[in-house]
Amino acid sequence: MYEHLETAENRDSLKRVVVDPVSRVEGHGKVTLLLDGDNKVQQARLHIVEFRGFERFIQGRPYWELPVLVQRLCGICPVSHHLAAAKAIDQLVGIDPENLPVSADKLRRLLHFGQVLQSHALHFFHLSSPDLLFGFESDISKRSVIAVLAEYPDIGVQGVKLRKYGQEVIRMVSGKRVHGTGAIAGGMNKSLTKAERDYLLEDIDQMIAWAEGSVALIKKVHCSNLPFYDEFATLRTNYLGLTKPDGALELYHGGIRAKNEHGETIIDHIDYCKYNDYIHEEVRSWSYMKFPYLLSLGQEKGWYRVGPLARVNNCDYIDTPLAEAARVEFKAHSGEAMVHSTLAFHWTRLIEALHCAESIKQLLGDPDIMGSDLVAQGEKRYEGVGVIEAPRGTLFHHYQVDENDIVTKANLIVSTTSNNMAMNESVRQVAAEYLSGRELTEPLLNNLEVAIRAYDPCLSCATHAVGKMPLQLELVDAEGKLIDKLIKHSDGQIERDNA
Amino acid sequence: MSKTITIDGKTIPFEEGQTIMDAAMAAGVYIPHLCHQPEFTPHGSCKLCTVKVNGRNCSACTYPAISGQEVLNDTEELINDRKKITQMLFVEGNHFCPSCEKTGNCQLQAVAYHLNMLDNHFPLFYPERDVDASHPDVMIDHNRCIFCTLCVRASHEKDGKDVFAISGRGIHKHLIVNAESGLLKDTDMAATDQAAHICPTGAILIKRTGYQVPIGQRIYDHEQIDQVSLAASGSRPVSALPPSMAVGTENIKNGK
Repeated sequence: MYEHLETAENRDSLKRVVVDPVSRVEGHGKVTLLLDGDNKVQQARLHIVEFRGFERFIQGRPYWELPVLVQRLCGICPVSHHLAAAKAIDQLVGIDPENLPVSADKLRRLLHFGQVLQSHALHFFHLSSPDLLFGFESDISKRSVIAVLAEYPDIGVQGVKLRKYGQEVIRMVSGKRVHGTGAIAGGMNKSLTKAERDYLLEDIDQMIAWAEGSVALIKKVHCSNLPFYDEFATLRTNYLGLTKPDGALELYHGGIRAKNEHGETIIDHIDYCKYNDYIHEEVRSWSYMKFPYLLSLGQEKGWYRVGPLARVNNCDYIDTPLAEAARVEFKAHSGEAMVHSTLAFHWTRLIEALHCAESIKQLLGDPDIMGSDLVAQGEKRYEGVGVIEAPRGTLFHHYQVDENDIVTKANLIVSTTSNNMAMNESVRQVAAEYLSGRELTEPLLNNLEVAIRAYDPCLSCATHAVGKMPLQLELVDAEGKLIDKLIKHSDGQIERDNA
Repeated sequence: MSKTITIDGKTIPFEEGQTIMDAAMAAGVYIPHLCHQPEFTPHGSCKLCTVKVNGRNCSACTYPAISGQEVLNDTEELINDRKKITQMLFVEGNHFCPSCEKTGNCQLQAVAYHLNMLDNHFPLFYPERDVDASHPDVMIDHNRCIFCTLCVRASHEKDGKDVFAISGRGIHKHLIVNAESGLLKDTDMAATDQAAHICPTGAILIKRTGYQVPIGQRIYDHEQIDQVSLAASGSRPVSALPPSMAVGTENIKNGK
């Protein structure tokens, strides 16, 4: 592995190269490289420099605001935050997942399939397909979805329309394409009308066909570039995610399963309300993002990956036929128990998109989504945990409230946080293997971004207030000259440096 | 022959004892307002209903209609003033519409939309204000109070309780409750009180009911506040929206 590249020893004497911002990802991050005189990489880091602080400012608010408030963390997967928070506040009104009314459960699943479909389509077609179709070091003018639309109009248009369809599912269930309502404590605030259901049914077969076509496309891209695709930024890691009780792929509700690099089970069917007994988070001074790890394996070896690759690796099967066939084909290509290729995130992402499209069709044929029994209520509780498989991976929401229904404590572990260690390791691997010792050019640096993009990171929702983060504030004049600098150290001390 | 005034040149009849607001509403003329509700004694505090009466600025909700008055309402100058007043109401408190449970049912938000208010214009105050969630069924979020006194009047005039009052002056003005502890739980407030349901913003709320009305069925989802307000006053028929049509069949495809 490449841990030795996390912190270089003689940092002041090294040349600094910065990729800032990392483009075509959600949120703001940057990569720094420290190079010696021979252009050898001595240090490589992915920094998440945004600061959000949601865990802090939802304290003091009433719990029923949570699903609507915390979904503002993100404009790409707000539904995942909305539903994770809703699952947590279900418990505050005494409703466990098995007691949620059937209609509400199915509507939430429909909403979430729409979410994962649109997010996966966005990520693959809009953000990543330029790299995969034109090459990692292609001319910068080609590295956008506009170029894809120009040269591969069919692929581009299908991507845009797949995403639109997912958003229409979200709009029908939650009232808006982005940041709607829908889930409330103990259920849902509306079901689908027949007109809304019929509208969604019109295009679903086309969506399934396009999703199937996209799996064929990524398979072709991946397999025609073997072994490069199996080696680039690849890490042999643990994997974590939810599965159904029978081991099937699950996105909305299930137990936690983790497997090691050989496919051996580390934990399985764990009640996610007890996540704290299995997962801890480590803080490092140079990033706003925490580093989670499996407690039983420790900080060094316990880090893991989440998201499409982890889910498809971890599950025993997928319960929709086309996606299951695609999964079997995917697993067969590597011949190993677990697929470790980082670029295989894209392949598994599209298998899941196909699964979502198939599942949406199943649910649209189910009369329960037009049912009227939508809300249940039980005995008040003071603590709730909601966990869901967001597009980018396992998402944890954990809240405590007081006797007046006010939030007193919150902890969020978002998908990207779980992939933090892996993304850094992938960046170091790419820096060491592909960049080190070469004259750095802009196209070459795109390799780093390609590695980060594979994880589909959502950097903006992954950063929280730890309270001890060092901060640096710089005042620069119009010519770019540094006028003043304030530095807050991790011990809270503030220093001015206006030299 | 009945008595009349003119509003923007249009002749409007009125009865003795009516305010300009009463006469206007009865005739189907909307004058923007927040602190006024026909069933309570007019207060004239929000100043949103400011009109020009014979060249002089007056609050339409408190100013009596007198024969021959020439009233200006829908003028660029007055609309601009009202927009500024609304902007000031927003910056003075902490109004975060995106996550507020009153969104879509909020008169402050609806008036802002009606006046085409597109930004704060003034710098935000970010005042530090509390949430009083001590009462089992009713919550006060002081961040959103605009001191319209509707809760004060409702509690006094309809509920016969005097749970609420306004204390302090100027920028220190704040809503207080009738309890030594200062907490709503120690008053005789009940969720069935009219004062618990009268707030035009999201400052006084019934607990655990937020977001239960889906998008598409909220008060201002399909009509602006002028239409809703006139319908409520009886001068315009209530439009019949089938409650089951959450998104509305006619709007399903065009994305409204």
